[in-house]
Amino acid sequence: MSMECGVFHTRYESDMGLRPRPAQRIRLAAFAAFVLVFPFLAGPYWLDLANQIAIATVGAIGLNILVGYTGQISLGQGAFMAVGAYSAGLLTLNLGLPWGVSIALACVITAVAGSFFGLPSLRLKGLYLAIATLAAQEIVEWAMTHWTAVTGGTEAIVLPAPRLFGVRLNGAFSFYWFGVAMAAGTALFAANLFRTRMGRAFVAVRDQDIAASVIGVNLFRTKLLAFATSSFFVGLAGAMIAYYRTIITWERFTLETSIVYLAMIIVGGLGSIRGSFFGAALITLLPALIANAGRALQDTAPVVAGLLPYAQQAVFGVVIILFLIFEPKGLSKLWGNVKDYFHVWPFAYRRG
Amino acid sequence: MDIFLQLTVSGLSTGMIYALAAAGFVVIYKASDVINFTQGDLLLLGTYLIFFAVGQIGLPWSLGVLVTVLLAVAVALAIERLVLRPLIGEPIISMIMVTIGLSSILRGLVNAIWGPAPRSFDSFLPEGSVVVGPASLSTGRLLSIPIALVVLAALGLFFRHARDGIAMRAIADDQQAALSMGIGIPRVLGVAWALAAASAAIGGIMLAGVVGVSPNVASIGLRVFPVVILGGLDSIKGAVVGGAIIGLLEAYTGGYVGHGLNLVVPYGVLILVLMVRPYGLFGREIIERV
Repeated sequence: MSMECGVFHTRYESDMGLRPRPAQRIRLAAFAAFVLVFPFLAGPYWLDLANQIAIATVGAIGLNILVGYTGQISLGQGAFMAVGAYSAGLLTLNLGLPWGVSIALACVITAVAGSFFGLPSLRLKGLYLAIATLAAQEIVEWAMTHWTAVTGGTEAIVLPAPRLFGVRLNGAFSFYWFGVAMAAGTALFAANLFRTRMGRAFVAVRDQDIAASVIGVNLFRTKLLAFATSSFFVGLAGAMIAYYRTIITWERFTLETSIVYLAMIIVGGLGSIRGSFFGAALITLLPALIANAGRALQDTAPVVAGLLPYAQQAVFGVVIILFLIFEPKGLSKLWGNVKDYFHVWPFAYRRG
Repeated sequence: MDIFLQLTVSGLSTGMIYALAAAGFVVIYKASDVINFTQGDLLLLGTYLIFFAVGQIGLPWSLGVLVTVLLAVAVALAIERLVLRPLIGEPIISMIMVTIGLSSILRGLVNAIWGPAPRSFDSFLPEGSVVVGPASLSTGRLLSIPIALVVLAALGLFFRHARDGIAMRAIADDQQAALSMGIGIPRVLGVAWALAAASAAIGGIMLAGVVGVSPNVASIGLRVFPVVILGGLDSIKGAVVGGAIIGLLEAYTGGYVGHGLNLVVPYGVLILVLMVRPYGLFGREIIERV
């Protein structure tokens, strides 16, 4: 690796590049290599976790576009994922559309639904919007369980397995490639989004909405677009869950889901793409790790093992609080600190 | 008519429990602008603490209530000191998430200590029922209404006359002016959390008497939001009136319409109020619009 002592761009192209520095490209290549090799080494248990992380990454990036980048607090993530999952499933079951078309349409439907629930955001700010989205979540939850004619109520909806070129896509190994492709595509789209006028407008609305409208950002349009863009990916995450599990149940899309996704972007870092991935990975792995610890303790300390489901709940809360108090910018900032340290290593500028 | 009376009593008694939880929410919101998602878990804590004190240790009721309230206040003070104080002045999303995190911890702890199965013990509220004309009304539910009203009235008087109550209103009005008049914000925040916990603990004790002891109690915490939005985020009076209206609405839709519609009606009301009158019935009209 070449030694660097700073970032000096000599061409506009390099200044505008997503990953201009050699070290960044090497890291990206290393990560890509890991992602490509991983499924051949991992067993089905870890592959399943990786797929969950891929889906969660899509959903977390979607939520981060709304909450982290545009500053509109949403407790309705679970509801939007439900819209994505149910429309993807019902389009296939009732209209006989191929699964790919259903997923694409489900994203669009969720984007429309998201804009509709985003309408209050034009009148309401901050906590009022949070409470409005909470109500939306509760209403959608009720519709899922009680609007039996459409959603099947509390009964699960079973979907046909998605197939691509004759391969069943809902197996852990085959879905992995689909999941990774979707997550990478979402990340790439989001990273580029915030280099465009529209993405910059999102950030301007977050930082100071009145100032944004003074410099010519149309608040009405921008907020609705933010809700639509965010919901598009949230719907994609929901549809991916539907086709990965090939079964849709309302329990996957409760207020708890909304909270888990908010935790992902808080722990990972608000307003950060890589943070969304870090957070999705940590929050997905955390309960799995605790469950593993529980299995390990089963023989030696069965009493402790019995308490572990509750420990999962408590540890989840503790993690959120520790991050909020000690590193509000999340894992993304921690990773940034590590990188900054090694960026000009060993010639670090030391303070004091 | 008899069904109407029964629904009214059960709606009002549920509504008063909502009002107790909502009053705690309002107190904390007034003092610190924090949206408190732990209100339902403080209720939960109250029901299990009274079960612990009376059902498990066997304390007499008066002492049990005292112990429950004191323990709940201690928990709230610890929360305020350890978690909330370092975060004063952070953005709304952080405050929301920190109370959600706390709620998760409290729920995990209560479940770990007492297990997920519902528990039962002899209620302090009398079992029987009063016959009014054609209707027979549960005495326990009837009695819970005045008890809650007394507690809520005490809270209201506290705000109007007590030194800390006035300080709290001053902080809600203008934090900087309050600071310059020598009001210690940390102290007032502590008092706010203590009051919220005490109010929720009493709500929890009544829940234990009326409904029973089970982990589902925590889900009532979400009903606080329709109540406070309807009543006005910063008004105790609003919490009482809002609690009564939401409780009655739930009881009537549950009794006359059915289909589980009573679960969703409060949130419909919430959205409607936010659209038409976001500061609620008694809230101050300072909501910021964009």
